[in-house]
Amino acid sequence: MPVLQLLSGKSLLPRVKTCPGGTNWQKVLTGQSQISVVCGWLAVWSLKEIQNPQGDGTVTATSLLSVKGLTKAYPGVVANDQVGFEIAPGEVHALLGENGAGKSTLVKMIYGLVRPDSGSMVMNGAPFEPGTPSAARGDGVAMVFQHFSLFDALNVAENVALGMDQPPKMRELSRRIREVSENYGLPLDPDRMVGDLSAGERQRVEIIRCLLQDPKLLIMDEPTSVLTPQEVAILFETLNKLSEEGTAILYISHKLEEIRTICDSATILRLGKVVGQCNPREESARSMAEMMVGQELLIPTRTPGEPGEVLLELNDLSVPADNQFGTSLRNISLTVRAGEILGIGGVAGNGQDELVLALSGEVRTELNDIIFKGIPVGTLPPNPRRALGLLTAPEERLGHAAAPDMSLTENALLTAAIRQGLARNGFLNWPKIRKYASEVIETFDVRTPGPENAARSLSGGNLQKFVIGREVLQDPDLLVVNQPTWGVDASAAASIRQALMDLAAKGAAVICISQDLDELMEISDRFAALNEGRLTPPRPARGLSVEDIGLMMGGAHDMEAAHV
Amino acid sequence: MDLSSIDLVTLVAALMVASTPILLAAIGELVVEKSGVLNLGVEGMMITGAITGFMGAVATGSPVFGFLFAALSGAGMAFLFGFLTQYLLSNQVATGLALTLFGLGLSSMLGQGYQGVRPPSTPRLDIPVLSDIPVLGQMFFSHDLMVYLSLVLIVLVWALLKFTRAGLILRAVGESHDAAHALGFKVVRIRMLAIMFGGACAGLGGAYLSLVRVPQWADGMTAGAGWIALAIVVFASWKPVWILVGAYLFGGMTVLQLKLQVANIPVPVEYLSMAPFVITILVMVVVSALRGPGFVGAPAALTKVFHASN
Amino acid sequence: MIRLEKRPQPSKLWIALTPVLAVIATMIAGGILFAMLGKPPVEAIRTIFWDPLFSEQFAAYSRPQLLIKAGPLILIAIGLSLGFRAGIWNIGAEGQYIMGAIFGAAVGLAFYPMEAFYIFPLMVIAGAFGGWLWAMIPALLRTKFNTNEILVSLLLVYVAEFLLQSMALGALRNPDNSGFPGSRNLSQYASASNPELFTGTGIHWGVLTAFIAVIGAYILLSRHILGFQIRLTGQSERAARFASVNPKRLVIFCLGISGLLAGLAGMFEVSGPSGQISIDFNAGYGFTAIIVAFLGRLNPVGILLAGILMALTYVGGELAQIMLGLPAAAIQIFQGMLLFFLLALDVLSNFRIRFRKGGIA
Repeated sequence: MPVLQLLSGKSLLPRVKTCPGGTNWQKVLTGQSQISVVCGWLAVWSLKEIQNPQGDGTVTATSLLSVKGLTKAYPGVVANDQVGFEIAPGEVHALLGENGAGKSTLVKMIYGLVRPDSGSMVMNGAPFEPGTPSAARGDGVAMVFQHFSLFDALNVAENVALGMDQPPKMRELSRRIREVSENYGLPLDPDRMVGDLSAGERQRVEIIRCLLQDPKLLIMDEPTSVLTPQEVAILFETLNKLSEEGTAILYISHKLEEIRTICDSATILRLGKVVGQCNPREESARSMAEMMVGQELLIPTRTPGEPGEVLLELNDLSVPADNQFGTSLRNISLTVRAGEILGIGGVAGNGQDELVLALSGEVRTELNDIIFKGIPVGTLPPNPRRALGLLTAPEERLGHAAAPDMSLTENALLTAAIRQGLARNGFLNWPKIRKYASEVIETFDVRTPGPENAARSLSGGNLQKFVIGREVLQDPDLLVVNQPTWGVDASAAASIRQALMDLAAKGAAVICISQDLDELMEISDRFAALNEGRLTPPRPARGLSVEDIGLMMGGAHDMEAAHV
Repeated sequence: MDLSSIDLVTLVAALMVASTPILLAAIGELVVEKSGVLNLGVEGMMITGAITGFMGAVATGSPVFGFLFAALSGAGMAFLFGFLTQYLLSNQVATGLALTLFGLGLSSMLGQGYQGVRPPSTPRLDIPVLSDIPVLGQMFFSHDLMVYLSLVLIVLVWALLKFTRAGLILRAVGESHDAAHALGFKVVRIRMLAIMFGGACAGLGGAYLSLVRVPQWADGMTAGAGWIALAIVVFASWKPVWILVGAYLFGGMTVLQLKLQVANIPVPVEYLSMAPFVITILVMVVVSALRGPGFVGAPAALTKVFHASN
Repeated sequence: MIRLEKRPQPSKLWIALTPVLAVIATMIAGGILFAMLGKPPVEAIRTIFWDPLFSEQFAAYSRPQLLIKAGPLILIAIGLSLGFRAGIWNIGAEGQYIMGAIFGAAVGLAFYPMEAFYIFPLMVIAGAFGGWLWAMIPALLRTKFNTNEILVSLLLVYVAEFLLQSMALGALRNPDNSGFPGSRNLSQYASASNPELFTGTGIHWGVLTAFIAVIGAYILLSRHILGFQIRLTGQSERAARFASVNPKRLVIFCLGISGLLAGLAGMFEVSGPSGQISIDFNAGYGFTAIIVAFLGRLNPVGILLAGILMALTYVGGELAQIMLGLPAAAIQIFQGMLLFFLLALDVLSNFRIRFRKGGIA
């Protein structure tokens, strides 16, 4: 433990601070800063070592917030059904559950964004019925959102001011932002545009906004999903410090290891109901997972084959950002062979979307930057690339991969027109399109009454299965997927991964871009990481240690973190 | 041809008068757009303000009441737009157009019998001392109240957006209504207020046309001024100070064009009359070309429909 | 209190029902308006909606008028609807209509007094070209410089109006008409006229073209990949790019086709019902067509019906002016209200209304 204390994020900050932010992330690979990267990584992955300062698991006699019988129904679904739990001052309490388990609804009720249908809450012995977020804030509740509640075109100080009910004068506020952010090891420049910040820095803005109000209860909704391992370590330091100071933390996540690292107690939700309460340190990850999912998981199996001929070559691919808040791709070189799965990791906003757009043809590049099957395709639009066998499935399901108000039949046509011969001379063959949509629905077990239903009527997991299935059934030679299982329930995620592996086994190549490292380690043959628009040279995934991955992913963000 | 009739003093003074209607409408629309709403009904609200202001002034004999009526009726029209777009979630572009078509019809019906009537004149308000300065005094400090008010309004809006919490919230709502909602701001209420402010300003602008600029009532007398105001908001990149520049630029062109008509230069009247429109288009092209494709200047939530799902 | 709840998918029933409800609501509100003007409301509504079709006294005159008015409205609205579906807002059809008329008339007048079979076809081509050309200005400015096409297309209406005045007073003025503004009457110049094709129906070449446009647009939208791409772009530009749609080409196509059809409408009008280029040649068809496009749910068949309905309000409105002294502007308000009600009721297609006791959400 003392070793970790020494090595973990904050104690190293002064040293990292000497590195200039931005471009020369290679510096991290050398010298002392390397330790911070490695240990940041360890902080997440070697969990049993770390203990919360108050982590004896005991709950203080007097609870800060007590929730009883909270129920909230939406048409067709009971989001929360008789939910209850207690949280004491200084306690770090986990709310654990899959997507759709009702975690978000529960915290929205505590934060005054949603009114419960029935049930009661007691805060510090007094009834607590916040009608608005500002009422909740008045009672000492603060919340860090999953999808950030930030404004790109405003600066840090303005964003912080918006979340406060009585903000001080701007100059005073800026001073306090600097002060508090330094104090908690989360340095921030109050004058910077939020749109220019990295995901980790954006989260800091939210946290600082909460901390400036001295909250008694801090709600954090999936805080680590956008952070590098290093940033996670820094965040956990901050949370520990807050907990020591007596702030209760309600920590929402579906990442079990994380919860076992920092939480004192956990409430597990499934389908809107509490299905268990436990001390996460005494449970195995597997036992909690089973409570959370409520079923045995189908673990995908993979036997990597011999890689075949080169399918895709990227030669020094560079694409300028298309707007002031975008990321530029810089000098990406890569070869991908038939039969292999290349995993590309990295924190969100480091060029993942841009890379997919360049590969799909939605953004054009120099002709020879992208060579597919020996043919330069850099200037070709998406459909000619599809004709050649290069298919993509972008991250955003509704509004990019699929049109929300169009039927699944029409959405099948969206990408499959060329390869499935769904149109002749531009005239559409609707029976054939419908048949193809039905085939995707059937093969990939998409739960829907039929292909005439609108895409937006499907759940996230089902739509994702449809989107991936639509590409897989077109028999691609290379399939590029971005975040294939984001926001998808565990069983659907497993079947999507299996489909990708089956595709590779049949001799196609797959590029899987994801922020879920477990997923990448599970299915990839080789691994590379994106960082500020640059791609590391890929390395064989097998035998790659967590430290290696941390080094590949890390770098520039940490330095920016300390670079005030 | 006689260009000697064009002297700078009267040109500038006339320019300020000619610009005021557009200035008022544009600064109102800027606030609306800053809140993330595009109201294409400016023309309709202006012409409604023009007739109701005219009627009010004629009925009461007081231009002040006229302007008050105009502001109220403009806000009323805007309320209609706001109710449809904010509560019934209708398409902003289509609803704005509907407002313009409706306003043109409404004003034309209300205005029957007001053709040829002279409104009570709006008194000139010479600013003491300043108006006595030779040349400059006549140019800048010898106008009616509304000219000064429009300038004050520019400064107020600028200060509101830059320095006040209300302005900050308005900008936040226009950037991301979802984030603003998550923080507990009443997105719809804030937008309704902005929309109605915009309507009041457009109404004032219209009334200035019928009570001061012309001063008379004629069917469709706004003749595109509302659309010019919308163009000026784009030209100004949503910055109040540039609204002033844009409006005065356009006012200048209009006045110059009229003077040239009077001066009998050998260009047909029609081509002089269309010049301000052509130049507005050209200016918009130049501005958008200079910005380049990656420019982010408009409020990010502009025209997006907000519906709190839970 | 009342809450709106998003439907999982748009309701087909309500999409079809809202225009009907909007018409009924407009009749009621219009009736109230007429009553406030001191006119008998029921009689006014009957005069507008019933008499032009069925009154023994007026139907013979009114029925052909219906198609004469509906023709340009449908033709323009069909073109606009394609762009509106793709989120490309051409609201300057009025200007394109004027330019089509000027170009078409200019070609016809250039041949005067020669008689030849090819003059009218050439005028058709010129009219289409004029409208197309005028629409290409906002299209190219949008694709090259990212200039807002809404404002440019609209501002060009004013430019076109001044151009029209200049033509009526200058270049195209009838030299034999001793200084009066306005061109020669094309309907009295056989080779350049667009006559009524079937006596008593009001059908001229423009009306036929409008019907063909309806069929063409229907096939395009429901059976052709280009129509699919238009609909897709309107829903999500990102998804459209992903489906290999080139957004710039689509802007040029949609603005081009709507300009072309508006130009044709202007050309058929100037060579037929209107007969000449005059200062006040344009009657606002380009703007009313926007209402027609929305009232028809941007659907070709819907636009056909909406166009006829809107023509009815024109014809019936004129009748009400004569018979009841209803002001002309009242009809304009009536049409504006129709669009308002439609947009307001549209909420029912995508949302369910829930009534609930108490509570703030």
